[in-house]
Amino acid sequence: MSQAAPAFLRFDALTKSYDEVDAVRAVSLTIAEGEFVALVGASGSGKSTLLKCINRLVEPTLGRVLLGEEDVLAGPAAPLRRRIGYVFQGIGLFPHMSVAENIALGPRLEGEALPDARIAELLELVELDPAMATRLPAELSGGQRQRVGVARALAGDSHLLLMDEPFGALDPITRGQLGERVRRLHEELGLTTVMVTHDMAEALLLATRVLVMDQGQIVADETPQALLSGEGGEVAQALVAVPRAQARALAGISA
Amino acid sequence: MSPLFDAVLDLGPQLAEHVLLCAAAVALGIAVALPLAVWASRSPPVARVALGFASLVQTIPALALLALFFPILLAARAIFGEGLPTLGFLPAWLALALYALLPILRNAVTALAYLDDELIEAADGLGMTGWQKLRLVEAPLAAPYVMAGIRTASVWTIGAATLATTIGQRSLGDPIFAGLQTQNWVLVLAGCIASAGLALVADGLFGLVERGFAQRRPALVVTGALLALAGITGAAVSLADWRDDTRETVVIGAKSFSEQYILARAIGSLLEEEGFAVEYREGLGSAVVHNAVASGAIDISVDYTGTLWTNQLGRSDNPGREAMYDAIVAWEEDNTDARVLGRLGFENAYGLAVTQETAREYGLETIADLAGVASQLTIGGDPEWFERPEWIGVRDAYGLSFAEQRTYSPTFMYNALISGEADVISAYTSDGRIAAENLVVLEDPREALPSYDAIVLISPRLADNAQLLEALEPLVGAVDVATMRQANYAVDREEDKWPPQRAARWLLDQIGL
Repeated sequence: MSQAAPAFLRFDALTKSYDEVDAVRAVSLTIAEGEFVALVGASGSGKSTLLKCINRLVEPTLGRVLLGEEDVLAGPAAPLRRRIGYVFQGIGLFPHMSVAENIALGPRLEGEALPDARIAELLELVELDPAMATRLPAELSGGQRQRVGVARALAGDSHLLLMDEPFGALDPITRGQLGERVRRLHEELGLTTVMVTHDMAEALLLATRVLVMDQGQIVADETPQALLSGEGGEVAQALVAVPRAQARALAGISA
Repeated sequence: MSPLFDAVLDLGPQLAEHVLLCAAAVALGIAVALPLAVWASRSPPVARVALGFASLVQTIPALALLALFFPILLAARAIFGEGLPTLGFLPAWLALALYALLPILRNAVTALAYLDDELIEAADGLGMTGWQKLRLVEAPLAAPYVMAGIRTASVWTIGAATLATTIGQRSLGDPIFAGLQTQNWVLVLAGCIASAGLALVADGLFGLVERGFAQRRPALVVTGALLALAGITGAAVSLADWRDDTRETVVIGAKSFSEQYILARAIGSLLEEEGFAVEYREGLGSAVVHNAVASGAIDISVDYTGTLWTNQLGRSDNPGREAMYDAIVAWEEDNTDARVLGRLGFENAYGLAVTQETAREYGLETIADLAGVASQLTIGGDPEWFERPEWIGVRDAYGLSFAEQRTYSPTFMYNALISGEADVISAYTSDGRIAAENLVVLEDPREALPSYDAIVLISPRLADNAQLLEALEPLVGAVDVATMRQANYAVDREEDKWPPQRAARWLLDQIGL
């Protein structure tokens, strides 16, 4: 954990309740600039809810989220969201717009036209042929679509990238390649990234910091190295045990 | 060319007005439905209320909805002043727009409700404002479904607009209603062909637009929309050309039966000879005609004393023919400023009719003669007859008690009498079939049956127009019931049918005009 870096994103006793059930329960947390944070947990552990409180797709019941020094609830939601890159499992490319139009949408909402050269650059960033700009989403494969989704999230030059199960619907090969690519983009562009995943292996491979959630609370906050060396407690270790057992089994087969 | 082809070609002005009416109604429907659909998509209670209301409107028969706008607009005059039209374009436009509302609203609400949740999450996540989301995502994705609704609404509206004839708006219903009443099937068919053709064209053009939206081919959208716009513009231009008439236009109304068509044409011919421009509003609902002339929506109508006595004066007694007429003249003066020009000279009343054979066999001349033999006879009436005060009045006045009573549609009633299924029927005294079948209408010495003197009413606007009154004066007292029956029969009969215009000319010749 890079304790020296300034606090970029801060959760302050954040609670979100649905019908008296707490999805997120009094979470306090600081994320520094440049961190790649993975939020891991079982379904219903509250990880997606916590993520969506950052860009206000979910409004908290109690507590605050501070981005920089500013409460995210301070202004209207739309301008806030335009400053934050967002990638999710559903991708949500608009079927009536070309790849280029989809990518340029964020700046367009601000009244800016994204130059073709920048669109080509963004496509190259996610390892797509710039000639794809004129295609419609229906003509792309699932992996290509999610690459466009990532390019779209980066188009606004935001420094914060939120990803909600971004690779969940992709085949394993595409998933590995795109994960690697995103991790490198994180480094190259100096992003702060928060990624929700239920896959501990993915979290361990990509993140610099892994938060394990259980029943609305953070039960472990460790580096991948610490988790692999047995830190983090029972829930975290149960999750780590899955890829570890798979790795052993694979090693056993090849040996 | 065939008569059908000619009849269709004659419908130019009706087609043009039909197109404009439907375009205006669908446009208003869209203007109301789309914002309402957006509001409904953001608020479930609004969706429930809006869709509930639109569905409720849809359950009202189109004919009744059109007619209902007459009293509504009459009441609205309290707010908008006396200049507010109560018949013609305005009520037809409003009623049809209400009718067009449901398909557009339902399709738009459904399309917005079933948009992919992921796309909505993406739109929100990208930071779209509500308006941006509507413009960039919801509207383009819902467009094909909304267009399908507009397409359905257009086809419905084009069909329902034929009923606008009954409230005095020229439409493709004119030939249909005129043809139905005079049993001129060529006219009916011509109206149906024109309106069905128009519906098919509209369906095709809007189908093109719908396909353009669905397949994201803007060229199709623009082509369909421009062609539709061209048609509407063409209709408007064609009407503008027909209306460069500076003469004063007199609008003559007619209810939907042959006698009314003939008399309207006879009055119109006399006025045209005097240099008036004449328009006809034919096929008007019986209930609206009096209010139409009193409010100036039409200028001249032929009505019947017994009808006004019951419907306008709200009376159920029978003071006798002369007193009833005098009371109505006085009532119109006091209440409506419409002028009663005078009586034409014949009655179209209910009367009891028998065949010559029956009259001879039982020695029948008056209804009083019937009382003694009624118990051996069967009486036939139209579907309303046995519920009407006229029947109850005559039955009680003469103590009639028939062996059996049967109801028939008006057309079959005469056949039933000829074939002997019924011995006595409730005939209409000016009906042409009385003359044609040489029937005997029994006299009513006790005046139990109210009189239905045909009278001419003039709207307040023209009530003091000396030239007009002078032109029509010769009609007063000039039309006897035998002449009227023959004219009616010429239009009603199966063979060698005359158009109302020809029967009107014949009628005027008979009375020396």
